[in-house]
Amino acid sequence: MKYLRKYPFLGPLVAVVVVYVIFAIVAGGSFTRAENLTTMAGQTVVVGIAASGMTLVILLGGIDLSVGSNVALSTVVCALCLREGAPAILAVAAAMASGLVAGLLNGALVTTLRITPFIVTLGTMRALRGLAKGLAEEQKIDAPASGIEALVAPLPPGYGWALFPPGVWIMLATSALVAAMLVYTRGGRHIVAIGSNEATARLCGVRVERVKWLVYGLAGLFAGLAGVMEFSTLTVGDPTDSIGLELEVIAAVVIGGGSLAGGEGSVAGALFGALLMTVIRTGSTYLGIENWVQDIVTGGIVVTAVALDRARRAGEARR
Amino acid sequence: MSGLVARGVAKAYGATVALAGVDFEVRAGEVHALLGENGAGKSTLVKILAGAVRPDGGTLTLDGAPYAPKDPAAARAAGVRLVSQERALCPHMTVEENVLLGGEPTRLGVLRREEARAIAARALLAIDPSGAKKHRLRPDALVRDLGPGERQLVEIARAITEPRCRLLLLDEPTSSLGADDVEALFSVVTRLREAGLAVVYISHHLDEIRRIADRFTVIRDGRTAGTGRVAEATPADIVTMMAGRSIEELYPRSPRVPGDVVLSTRDLAGAGLPVRASFELRRGEVLGIAGLVGSGRTELLRAIFGLERVRRGEVRVGAYVGPASPAARLAQGVGLLSEDRGGEGLALGLTIADNVTLSRLFGLGPLGFVAPSRMRVAAARFIEKLGIVCAGPDAPTSSLSGGNQQKVALARLLYHDVDVLLLDEPTRGVDVGARAAIYALIDRLACESNKAVLVVSSSAEELVGIADRIAVMHKGELGPARPVGELDVRAVMLEQAGAS
Repeated sequence: MKYLRKYPFLGPLVAVVVVYVIFAIVAGGSFTRAENLTTMAGQTVVVGIAASGMTLVILLGGIDLSVGSNVALSTVVCALCLREGAPAILAVAAAMASGLVAGLLNGALVTTLRITPFIVTLGTMRALRGLAKGLAEEQKIDAPASGIEALVAPLPPGYGWALFPPGVWIMLATSALVAAMLVYTRGGRHIVAIGSNEATARLCGVRVERVKWLVYGLAGLFAGLAGVMEFSTLTVGDPTDSIGLELEVIAAVVIGGGSLAGGEGSVAGALFGALLMTVIRTGSTYLGIENWVQDIVTGGIVVTAVALDRARRAGEARR
Repeated sequence: MSGLVARGVAKAYGATVALAGVDFEVRAGEVHALLGENGAGKSTLVKILAGAVRPDGGTLTLDGAPYAPKDPAAARAAGVRLVSQERALCPHMTVEENVLLGGEPTRLGVLRREEARAIAARALLAIDPSGAKKHRLRPDALVRDLGPGERQLVEIARAITEPRCRLLLLDEPTSSLGADDVEALFSVVTRLREAGLAVVYISHHLDEIRRIADRFTVIRDGRTAGTGRVAEATPADIVTMMAGRSIEELYPRSPRVPGDVVLSTRDLAGAGLPVRASFELRRGEVLGIAGLVGSGRTELLRAIFGLERVRRGEVRVGAYVGPASPAARLAQGVGLLSEDRGGEGLALGLTIADNVTLSRLFGLGPLGFVAPSRMRVAAARFIEKLGIVCAGPDAPTSSLSGGNQQKVALARLLYHDVDVLLLDEPTRGVDVGARAAIYALIDRLACESNKAVLVVSSSAEELVGIADRIAVMHKGELGPARPVGELDVRAVMLEQAGAS
């Protein structure tokens, strides 16, 4: 209990392990193959990267519903750049920049218009989706091979030493960076402080508006990067891709111990939350469980995770 | 002169004048008590000093230099720190993080943890140099695990980490503290004074002022009503300055004839508090329940009203026995006035008409529909009857002053026409004019309307002024109710502190 409190990601970690073991027992050998682990890690990349940004936003006491549209926009930008002959690195940079700009727009609207983030990002969710469709002229955009596909594809023979595709390592690296920033930098502490008690943070001289702006910007940047990973899987730019992704990302953060009231959340927890959903999806597929059952199970897990957390809190408060 | 001087400070919020020209002076190395009734303007003055509110007029000088902070950060940079009444802490963060919040030592944005630890440790040591205190503040403890006294100390520690801190503003620092914590706070304040800090100490408790303050200033209706040395003024002088009227005028009392018992409890125990409470409340009388914050008074009312679980014992309302839901209690004719007006008592975003009619919306239109015009008519009646100062029934409740908001909350009980009124801190955050009106209303309810009124209050003086009988709650146990003739303010205070 004490550890759970100090390291809130332990809960979702245990959940991932338990669910994995259950599927391993029921589904047997093919599920536990090393390749399957690698594949599941690869499938977690998009949600995992976006969840880092979402964790910051939720810690702040905000929400970002525009993530799915932002990811789709990013795949479109990436594909357009490649189609016009830009080198891969430039296409990636452009895709991430589009995410960053969209995020900064969210931040600007939240801080200057003082509209609740739910409404602001509900609006930009539609607007960014529209922008992506417009840029892509309402169709999928084919792009020449550029090497970006390799980011989340299974490792080619001879590269087994890398254990995971590059995308997984990028996800782990960004998560580690964000987690470190939260603990070791002034800005990170200010994010938690604002989510915990915004009035206090302001009273203590924290530049609340600026921090919010930056956090939404960062969330957009991560959405852009997640879009690059999504493009790596799709190999085309698709303006209608990732509809509803934002809810999966929010679910990952919440399973990972995030509180929509702000002040609580863990990057590692969100990562395990994302992984948990992948394991359930993959395991169910192995068992031939139909898609609609998976949805019900995943939905149940989100509610259960929060209910367990509340029960634990109530238990602590009584002592 | 070193210290802070305010001359003719004025501030108005719309049509409401909060400060009409206050003169105020606090010197380095003194504790200066700022006194006044709720709503007199103390909080506004403090907010101006702390940079949270900008004055409309007047001048401020700090250590001889003009002082006009444009925001809290500027005030802080000038060395003025506020420890506010609403605990301004981040519950999810540690003591150390809270102490340093906004002033973290960094290199290129990265926290310098060693230095941070040292600064926090120094501040915590300054507050508690003996180190012998049984529950010493640990820098890595989470604030949400701390008690109110400890939280208070964390806030003071935060204030004094600033090396340039020259003026410390303590806004009702003891309002939620137990006796032990108050002692700890006093020794901290004494040490800060000896260190040459100017301290402004806001409190309602004259006994505290006499112990801790060197000089005092009384504010009444937004103006300075008097100032002087604490040692040279009697409590009666100060009270007269604060109230601007004598106690008899404040508490009207018509002859009352208690009738039948309408509400009684026997050995009532809640989930935590109260532990045991038995009393009888009759029609036509006002029963006061005294006790310290945290003694279980509020929980008693909430358990009776069905907002908290009854673990043991019996509640009897008229012919009904046993626990009931709030909806059932209202149907039985019992109404509760919450102590938390903004959070629970009123929906501040809604209009006066909405709030007044909220508990009884039937009969306001055909077929169970609610006609807004009928709501307005119903509300208008009470606006007139209670003298609620407002733009009309459609005015948002948040636009009213504390006193007028409280009248709206009371109007709901009257509109519902309850027979038993459970009033929890009915005059909290209410200015003296509205207080007098509320006291008069309570008197009328008991005397003319033959209602039964139960009043919980932290102010022994108030209870002695309005109640017929008073029972004292101490650590969850409710003592016997005694007629006010046998009690005085001092006796009530002694009993609620557990000293009798």
